[in-house]
Amino acid sequence: MTSLSGALAAATITPPHIEYGQLSPLLVVFGAAVAGVLVEAFVPRERRRAFHLVIALGGLVAAFALIISVAATPSLFAHGSPGHVVAMGAVGVDGPTLFIQGTIVVLAFVSVLLIAESSHGVSPFAAQAAAVPGSAEEREGLLRGISHTEVYPLTLFAVGGMMLFPAANDLLTMFVALEVLSLPLYLLCGLARRRRLISQEAAMKYFLLGAFSSAFFLFGVAMLYGYSGSVSLSAIAAAAATNVSSATLLYAGIALVGIGLLFKIGAVPFQSWKPDVYQGAPTAVTALMASCTVVSAFGGLLRVFYVAFGQLTWDWRPAMWGVAILTMLAGAIIAITQTDVKRMLAYSSIAHGGFVLTAVVAATAAGLSASLFYLAVYGLTTIGAFAVVTLVRDPAGEANHLSKWAGLGKRSPWLAGVFAFFLLAFAGIPLTSGFAGKFAVFQAAAAGGALPLVIIGVLASAVAAFFYVRVIVLMFFSDPAPDGPTVVTPGLFTGAAVAVGAAATLVFGIAPEPLLALASHAAAHLFVR
Amino acid sequence: MTGTLAGLPMRAASALPTLAAVGVQRTAWLMLVFPLAGALVLLLGGRRTNRFGHVVGVAMPFASFVVAVITFVAMLGYPASQRARDVHMFTWISVGGFHVDAGLLVDQLSISFALLITGVGSLIHLFAVGYMSHDPDRRRFFGYMNLFVAAMLLLVLADNYLLMYAGWEGVGLASYLLIGFWQYKPSAAAAAKKAFVVNRVGVAGFSVAIMLMFATFGTVTYTGVFGQASSAGRGTATALGLLLLLGACAKSAQVPLQSWLLDAMEGPTPVSALIHAATMVTAGVYLIVRSAPIFNLSMTARLAVTVVGAVTLLFGAIIGCAKDDIKKALAGSTMSQIGYMVLAAGLGPAGYVFAIAHLIVHGFFKAGLFLGAGAVKHEMNDEVDMRRFGGLRVVMPITAATFTIGWLAIIGVWPFSGFFTKDPIIAAAFAKGGISGALLGSAAMIGAGITAFYMTRVLLMTFTGHRRWEPDAHPHEVPPVMTSPMIVLAIGAAGAGAFLMLGNRFVDFLSPVTGAPPASRGLITPVSGATLALVVLGAVIAWAMYGRREIPVTAPAARFPVVAARKDLYGDAVNEAVFMRPGQWLTRLSVYFDNRGVDGLVNTLAATVGGSSGRLRRVQTGFVRSYALSMLVGAVLLVGVLLLVRI
Repeated sequence: MTSLSGALAAATITPPHIEYGQLSPLLVVFGAAVAGVLVEAFVPRERRRAFHLVIALGGLVAAFALIISVAATPSLFAHGSPGHVVAMGAVGVDGPTLFIQGTIVVLAFVSVLLIAESSHGVSPFAAQAAAVPGSAEEREGLLRGISHTEVYPLTLFAVGGMMLFPAANDLLTMFVALEVLSLPLYLLCGLARRRRLISQEAAMKYFLLGAFSSAFFLFGVAMLYGYSGSVSLSAIAAAAATNVSSATLLYAGIALVGIGLLFKIGAVPFQSWKPDVYQGAPTAVTALMASCTVVSAFGGLLRVFYVAFGQLTWDWRPAMWGVAILTMLAGAIIAITQTDVKRMLAYSSIAHGGFVLTAVVAATAAGLSASLFYLAVYGLTTIGAFAVVTLVRDPAGEANHLSKWAGLGKRSPWLAGVFAFFLLAFAGIPLTSGFAGKFAVFQAAAAGGALPLVIIGVLASAVAAFFYVRVIVLMFFSDPAPDGPTVVTPGLFTGAAVAVGAAATLVFGIAPEPLLALASHAAAHLFVR
Repeated sequence: MTGTLAGLPMRAASALPTLAAVGVQRTAWLMLVFPLAGALVLLLGGRRTNRFGHVVGVAMPFASFVVAVITFVAMLGYPASQRARDVHMFTWISVGGFHVDAGLLVDQLSISFALLITGVGSLIHLFAVGYMSHDPDRRRFFGYMNLFVAAMLLLVLADNYLLMYAGWEGVGLASYLLIGFWQYKPSAAAAAKKAFVVNRVGVAGFSVAIMLMFATFGTVTYTGVFGQASSAGRGTATALGLLLLLGACAKSAQVPLQSWLLDAMEGPTPVSALIHAATMVTAGVYLIVRSAPIFNLSMTARLAVTVVGAVTLLFGAIIGCAKDDIKKALAGSTMSQIGYMVLAAGLGPAGYVFAIAHLIVHGFFKAGLFLGAGAVKHEMNDEVDMRRFGGLRVVMPITAATFTIGWLAIIGVWPFSGFFTKDPIIAAAFAKGGISGALLGSAAMIGAGITAFYMTRVLLMTFTGHRRWEPDAHPHEVPPVMTSPMIVLAIGAAGAGAFLMLGNRFVDFLSPVTGAPPASRGLITPVSGATLALVVLGAVIAWAMYGRREIPVTAPAARFPVVAARKDLYGDAVNEAVFMRPGQWLTRLSVYFDNRGVDGLVNTLAATVGGSSGRLRRVQTGFVRSYALSMLVGAVLLVGVLLLVRI
């Protein structure tokens, strides 16, 4: 504030220095999102989808290329530097961030493929979100074949927020990114074409609880500002190293900011939104949330806890231990009794969040690189699994109840086989990427002295393996239900999503080394401060 | 004593560097490729290949034989110290510090085997064209047989233990498939299973030996292992030797893992001739001789080998005396003859060459004898009971003649093959010296007498005397496609021994690999004289019992020794008492423990987890207000914990 009034007094405004080159991946995604809004405004309805597809997929490809070119800039990492702080200290560009952004862009690309799938004449999104479910307007919209093409810009805004979130170098930028990524997701959750009530309920719950958690986050930011006099992560770290007074503010701030971040990850006890929202949201959006949002949230968590609270590891570690243990156990145990495949995957996603937390707790470069690797491979497997879920249908839409999946292996051996492969990857069976990921995070955790966490993690994996294998048994060793769902032939986009997920799961299971090397290279110098 | 002394130059010999193969030898891998391609075509081609399947099946081993001969001739062009050549094929496994190349070692030992396998194998394939002509699955049969030839060649040509292991399992698979070829017969299916299970025991020993090698030497190649063998210490060498012996016992049907071979006669007779007489069952002997640098280091392991050989050669001979089934009598004789080879191999460098020489001539005469038995069986409506044979020499003169030559070869009458290869083994056993030498030599000599008895019995009961045929049997001489292989094998049975052994031809050829035995003491020694006397005695007794007297069609009641021999000397009973029943008890006990203990625990655990899952699930009420409350409680806890930690 003082600088602002000083600037006003001098009546000159110093233009902020923006490093456009290093911010270009973000700018391209946001630019594509804005272009999508313009398409909504100016392009006739029937041609919008094609425009959107080109803009969204092209924007994501361009962003990925730019991320690679930034990462390949030698000056950025010259003399062992971890990276640069750009945009007047608002954004950090460093190895882990670029890895996470790259992961998010790839996962978002595959998610957009799923979102765009409409080969069976219907988009998975509502015709008119504003129409009351079951009303005449809704029926009319359906009959006219309308669908919401706003999902593309919404998705791109969310993806842009997700890319900014782990890059944010101060807590206010991080909060803005959090809202930018969350608000479009709240909307997207409510846009399911079928079972609209449960979809709208999911959107409502997600919004209320998300707002609740944002409030916690903001309270935490306020407390940390009160403690250190700054919202910058490095300034907070510096204050924590020197200022020992009013520690209550600091620790309450850590806890409250942590709550906001753990909510997005879906860690226990902040997981309650996840099953309901994952179940109610359109499956393509669930895939986006289960992959990109989780990756982004972990990126933010890692940056905040490694940079701002990096010297306080001993203080936050016990609480994080507790959260990790509760998350792994609760996720795995509650999943056992689930009867809906999307809810089951939601609880599985909670348990996997716990597995990554064990590596986060290690607070080392090894823990960071293991987390990065795990997030990348888990995200690809997850999208593949949800892509399969979209293909198993009955007349009412997707057949998500597990009883309907009985005997699927007899009717569609290929699809059931691919799904079984994804489940084995979730269970961490060797020769799948899930095994390599689990091995990496548990190894990092054990090396970081968290052996009890690893033991609990392995036990939770065993419990989790039970319900994954139970689905496999159900698919292959039960008799098909007479009124069972039909499996639609995957369209080009869904087929591509399944293929990418399966190929990644297999390749990174057999030869994880290149990606592991990339992750550890990215994590070698930790985050920029 | 001479054995240990002669071992010293031998070790130096096998540490010679192996040269890379050049010229025509670089294509030695074609030996494997031909039969493998044949197996693939015949097994994957399905019914489309039925018409020409047997042609492919016979042509492939012949092609391999041609390659083997070319390789052999090329080898003869090199001086003796440069005949071991390595043919690198591709890198097979490379994981961390574990690196295995798939390569072939073409040396004097492996080429001897390759010639035997492809040569005798081709003849038996040819015989099988006639023998299996009425079988609707003849194509599949040839597919399996080609698979066997490929695997057996891999076994003997591999240049490291792991690749040899692959061949070892390959021949086991082919053997299993072929024993159970007529799987609709429960006895054949059971025999296949038995062979499989018994061989698991041996494979366990072999695989642990390979792991021990890798742990000790860091490599599994022959050159690597043998080069460092002397540095490993006596204990490791003994352990390796005993483990390899366990593997050899199962594959070569040596006591105590002999029981499967007699049942394996359920397979088609060409299978018995090729796999269960001439080649596969000798793989154990190959393993021991190939691992000579290891066995040379351990007296204990070699003593164990000689004991196994001596016991088995008597064991098999005694069983052979009491069997009325012609194939089982011959199977007993196979066990016994391999016992001779194992005994010789256990004698160290003094015996290795004789073990391999006997192995090769045994391949000729035993294959010939089995083909003769097969021809008889073929003409007698699949009858194998010798009490229903008799007088067949009149109707099957060629078969009778070749069988007689085989008989002369196996009992070791001068100048037939067995004489030249069996007598040196007996002499070498005596030459070992001490009480053990005397015991082993006596066992081998007595075995020769018993061999003469039971082989004469087989010959007389089958080809002479009155016709005791079933009324519907009308035997004739078999067609030329079957007699010609028998004739070629009979020529080998007659002359191979003299060809190999006279003038030390084979000894000089093989000794760069196995070490040279001490110089021989001439053709007729006191030992060979005594052996010949015993052989004549055995044959005369057999003639007195079976040639002079009428043979009853049903076996007469017998007292203890004969009953025991008829029951395979209680081999199965021992297996049942020592392994099966305790095993069953152990299984029952563990099932009980599993039901009450483990399952109880697991079920309780599962119930606990499932129950808590059900209870926890109810927390998920669906109401946003309760979710928000749970978040608030969690937030309070988290803040509390962080503040408490501070205090």
